[in-house]
Amino acid sequence: MTSITTTGRAGRPQRRSAWRRRDAATGYAFVAPAVIGAIAFVIVPLGAVIWYSLHEWNVLANTFTFVGPQNYQDMLSDGALHDSLIASLWFSLGVVVLNITLSLFLAVLLNQHLPGTTLFRVLFFTPVVVSLVAWTIVWGFLLQADNGINGFLAEFGITGPNWLRNNVTAMISVIVVQVFKNVGLNMVLFLSALQSVPEEIQEAARLDGAGAWRRFFSITLPMISPTMLLVAILTVVGSLETFALIDVLTDGGPGTSTTVLVFYLYRQAFEFNQFGYASAISVLLFVIVLALTLLQWQTRKRWVFHES
Amino acid sequence: MSPDQLTPERPTAERTSAASVAGAHGSSPARRTRRAFGSQQLGRAALVFLMIVVAVPFVFPIWWMVTSSMKTTSEILSLPPSLWPESPSIESYRQVFELQPFAQQYVNSLYIAVLVTVGTMAVAAFAGYAFARIRFPGSNALFVLVLVGLLVPSEVTIVPLFRMVNSAGLIDTHWPLIVIPILGAPSVLATFIMRQFFVTLPGELEEAGRMDGLSRFGIFARIALPLSRSALAAVAIFTFLKSWNLYLEPLVYLSTKSNFTLPQALTQYVDAYGGPIWNVQLAATTLTVIPVLIVFIAAQRQFIEGLANSGLKG
Repeated sequence: MTSITTTGRAGRPQRRSAWRRRDAATGYAFVAPAVIGAIAFVIVPLGAVIWYSLHEWNVLANTFTFVGPQNYQDMLSDGALHDSLIASLWFSLGVVVLNITLSLFLAVLLNQHLPGTTLFRVLFFTPVVVSLVAWTIVWGFLLQADNGINGFLAEFGITGPNWLRNNVTAMISVIVVQVFKNVGLNMVLFLSALQSVPEEIQEAARLDGAGAWRRFFSITLPMISPTMLLVAILTVVGSLETFALIDVLTDGGPGTSTTVLVFYLYRQAFEFNQFGYASAISVLLFVIVLALTLLQWQTRKRWVFHES
Repeated sequence: MSPDQLTPERPTAERTSAASVAGAHGSSPARRTRRAFGSQQLGRAALVFLMIVVAVPFVFPIWWMVTSSMKTTSEILSLPPSLWPESPSIESYRQVFELQPFAQQYVNSLYIAVLVTVGTMAVAAFAGYAFARIRFPGSNALFVLVLVGLLVPSEVTIVPLFRMVNSAGLIDTHWPLIVIPILGAPSVLATFIMRQFFVTLPGELEEAGRMDGLSRFGIFARIALPLSRSALAAVAIFTFLKSWNLYLEPLVYLSTKSNFTLPQALTQYVDAYGGPIWNVQLAATTLTVIPVLIVFIAAQRQFIEGLANSGLKG
């Protein structure tokens, strides 16, 4: 093998370098669609949204005037924006904590070699393949004031709250609906991480007298921490991008209690036609996503354990 | 320590080890083992019961969706709620097609998702392969440029993209729902997964192909691509689901009902006061969910494991 290559290189240098040149050309051709797409549909729009954010731009009135950082100053005194930031914070916090706890719990449960594990894995994963709007509509049906869940509760003499018309329960509802929808995906990621934890280490700890809890926190958790990082990033970013769930289930209400940031951005742009201000909110969203992703990435050394 | 005591806690292995320990060590350890064995069985039964309870919120909504879609308007709001329709009827399924061009909307969603899936697979396979296997000047810089898409949620760029689509005269067409996902930020994750896969291919295979006189395209098409089926399948699955679920973009770009996609169409079954016509809405929802569920259940193993092992593990 090696000798053939050497002869080839010594014998036909031109052919070799011609192959190289043609190879590089092929490389550019292969990446061209992805690179052109990234420039046209990511980089340029990102630059554009920053540029728009410095303008007063009302589509209906057809005005487009440069105002500098005015939109960002307006943000500081926009009470509705503050409400939506707080709603986003609660929503993301609730989704991340619940999702990671529940998905890890389900993965550990499925990893016990119990009978019926395959069936339950499918059941827990099912909502992931159901379209989000379909899932949300069904939950909307379940969360009505006097039917659905409350109808069943009434059988036991319990009067359930009007889930979607109360500030606190509306937020809890959207969090729960979102978590049950997506928890299966994280569960599967955790499950495959759990299955790659070597049995010998667990055994060694067991022989040293470590109980199940101790083994879980001192061995399993550190060993699946790279997956924890990935799952945390995916879940945080996913929760910040939530739109369909809110639009279908609560329309941002009651009041502004479930108006998360993307929903507010959509309203400003496509209902109030304030494209300049909406662009400034887009930039804010981008900065938040970027900051959280980088923060999680930066702190990974502290809490992510690598075997090597 | 006997090897039996080292056996992991699997049900069958446990039974053998309990028996052999009891045989080997006389009465007192045997009693202890037997009691532990009993409580362990109990514990396992409790865990199975726990799984059944936890499964309820995952399964019940789908059960209720299907059964309620066959109820009459009065039964759907009756108290107490019924778990099974008194006289199952498909009347609401007829209305699904009468109130909206639902068949057309179904076709819209389906063909858009298929085109996006095929297009994304092609773009991601070519780019992922080149970034992993071909050395050309600037390849790292271009890869970083593409990866920026991972950090930019599509909601961030919806305003400029809307403006681009508008000035290209493509509002209320399906073009933006097809072209932007294939070339833009949504396909970046696919490119990344394909690259991660191709990096792990052994170099000898390609070297052999080159010796046989294959061009680079030949090496890609005849050697690398056939080996990447599992990664491509994972890309196909999540791209299809993402396109099938798209909601914000159709809402922004489309305005005619016959152009709508399914997620958008589902929200349109409302009465004159904007209240949902529940049984018709749930019938339409059932029609969008059931085919996907059938495909999923038929291929669930490849599906779940494909997504778990697509390099997403990190």
